[in-house]
Amino acid sequence: MRATPPNSSTPLLSVRDLRITYRGESGPLHVVDGVDLDLAAGDSLGIVGESGSGKTQLLLALLGLNAGARVAGSIRYRGDELVAAPDRSWQRLRGARIAMIFQDPMTALNPYLTIGTQLTEGVRRHRGLSRATARQRALEMLDAVHITEARRRLEQHPHELSGGMRQRIVIAMAMICEPDIILADEPTTALDVTVQAQILTLLRELRTRTRAALVLVSHDLGVIAEVADRVAVMYAGRIVEQADAPTLFTAARHPYTEGLRRSIVPLEGALPLRLPTIGGLPPNVAALPPGCAFAPRCAYAWERCTTAPPPLAVVSEPGGAIAPEHRKACYYEGPLGLAP
Amino acid sequence: MTTTALATTTALAVEHLCVRYAVAGFKQGLQAVDDVSFTVLRGETLGVVGESGSGKSTLARAMLRLVPATSGRMLIRGVDLLTLDKAGLRAMREHLQIIFQDPLASLDPRMSVAEIIAEPLREFRPRLTRAERRERVLAIMARVGLLPEHLQRYPHEFSGGQAQRIGIARALMLQPEFLVCDEPISALDASIKSQIANLLKDLQQEFQLSVIFIAHDLASVRFSCDRILVLYLGRVMEIASRASLFQLPRHPYTRALLQAVPIADPVRARARTTTPLSGEIPSPLSPPSGCVFRTRCPLAIARCAAEVPGLRRVGDNEVACHRAEESG
Repeated sequence: MRATPPNSSTPLLSVRDLRITYRGESGPLHVVDGVDLDLAAGDSLGIVGESGSGKTQLLLALLGLNAGARVAGSIRYRGDELVAAPDRSWQRLRGARIAMIFQDPMTALNPYLTIGTQLTEGVRRHRGLSRATARQRALEMLDAVHITEARRRLEQHPHELSGGMRQRIVIAMAMICEPDIILADEPTTALDVTVQAQILTLLRELRTRTRAALVLVSHDLGVIAEVADRVAVMYAGRIVEQADAPTLFTAARHPYTEGLRRSIVPLEGALPLRLPTIGGLPPNVAALPPGCAFAPRCAYAWERCTTAPPPLAVVSEPGGAIAPEHRKACYYEGPLGLAP
Repeated sequence: MTTTALATTTALAVEHLCVRYAVAGFKQGLQAVDDVSFTVLRGETLGVVGESGSGKSTLARAMLRLVPATSGRMLIRGVDLLTLDKAGLRAMREHLQIIFQDPLASLDPRMSVAEIIAEPLREFRPRLTRAERRERVLAIMARVGLLPEHLQRYPHEFSGGQAQRIGIARALMLQPEFLVCDEPISALDASIKSQIANLLKDLQQEFQLSVIFIAHDLASVRFSCDRILVLYLGRVMEIASRASLFQLPRHPYTRALLQAVPIADPVRARARTTTPLSGEIPSPLSPPSGCVFRTRCPLAIARCAAEVPGLRRVGDNEVACHRAEESG
């Protein structure tokens, strides 16, 4: 199972066969089960998945934050192995080289500290900037995320700001140390729809100003389409399909991806009498079937699907051509869209 | 009653509803719902869409008398819900049920599925025998897609989608006429959302339910609703049929909500030329004068600060905007 992005020479981040296991009541829980990822500077990778897909655990692993889990496989940052690395190696990376934007800005911010203190803490510690220089840097960052009255904001506390402004602060905090990689876990899920649109516009805009790679995790294919250039679809701890964004949204080859895509209600055009659905229930990682985890819900499943999980393999397009960046973990090779 | 008569019967009429919360330090209080009027026809699903602070949840709570209305009327079957005493309210519960956003939080964790779904029967059909009750519980469970083996299980053993089915079964047990759905699919996984949306629509048609369907975005009401009401800071901005609202939105806020929906097509999403609405919903403790939307409105003029726009008919829509004609 390999997943190499286009135009990468020396990947910034290279994940191989990552496995994250928790101890469950009735045996091990493989929440991430053999994931490969590569990130190069300037990449924008969207990871889409539902609850229990392992997408958040994968993101936390890139910060070394899976408390209580057994993490195996390899995570290399600029060639340095991070799996089982001592905590001080992680501390040098976290916030400085790899930064995180959390879903709920209120929990990401400390309610007792001013915005200025929280914004400058990272650069002062990681970059050794003086108080005055750090403050200047913070003002620039607030400007970059379009927060007005920046000087006054530095003296304010999180509760004095609106939800959208708090998320802009969290984004400014993630960017202030000029990290190589920015991770964002459902960064707009807690926001109102008009504010979500603003934050998605901001993320797109910031991508043109920095070479940092962005990994955006979301359950919402729409959010992913707005920001990501490459997309990986996760199901039950595995990547089941990945491709560049236009391909994934127009020529998905995994029945799960296609089902997710078809279940989006269009804002214009004809409405179906019934929405296309993915039948059945979300997977339970404590009791996965022996073959493909999606097989019990899949309209295309056949005998082979229940024997062993399909590998994430290069997709051959209908004309016989090979699309090297497009991979799917599915034995079915026929056309999709015929299922009810 | 013929079908036409059914189709034109008003199931609910809300007239000039106001809900104000007392807030320490603010003499005026917080006007969460401000002079809201609308009707729901028999067998119709009305979508109520608004962002946080729009008053949509307060509206739902006021309907169930969970918060007191300051003024206005709410007529169901010719009775004003707001004037009912305890006994009258209890009798009304039989006809008016609710489905909540967080299905797990709305189910009693100590009760089995059988007990949860049978509870309305125990309360309102006390003469049923044990066997009759069980038969009705099993019938409604089958209808919402639950299995007999689920009877003795407890809410925490279910996923969000399954728990929502339990909530739906309980709400429909007494065959109510009116159903309030407070963001019934928002918290569910993408693959489960459409299952539950289909189920609710099937049941609505089968039971001829009149439904208020509350949502925070327009994408989730297009499939489910016949008409849509857009709320902002406690006031109605626009009411229109689904077709008209999506094709010819007249209010600048409705258009902004439509443009805010992420486009699940990377090519079109990035080719978009519109800029998102700036700013955020103002504090309901100090709403803007005149039109409450004017501080974020791209069309605002001096008149909008001076004069509250009334709801008036423009084309097929009812819209509260001084400049509705210029924007269609």
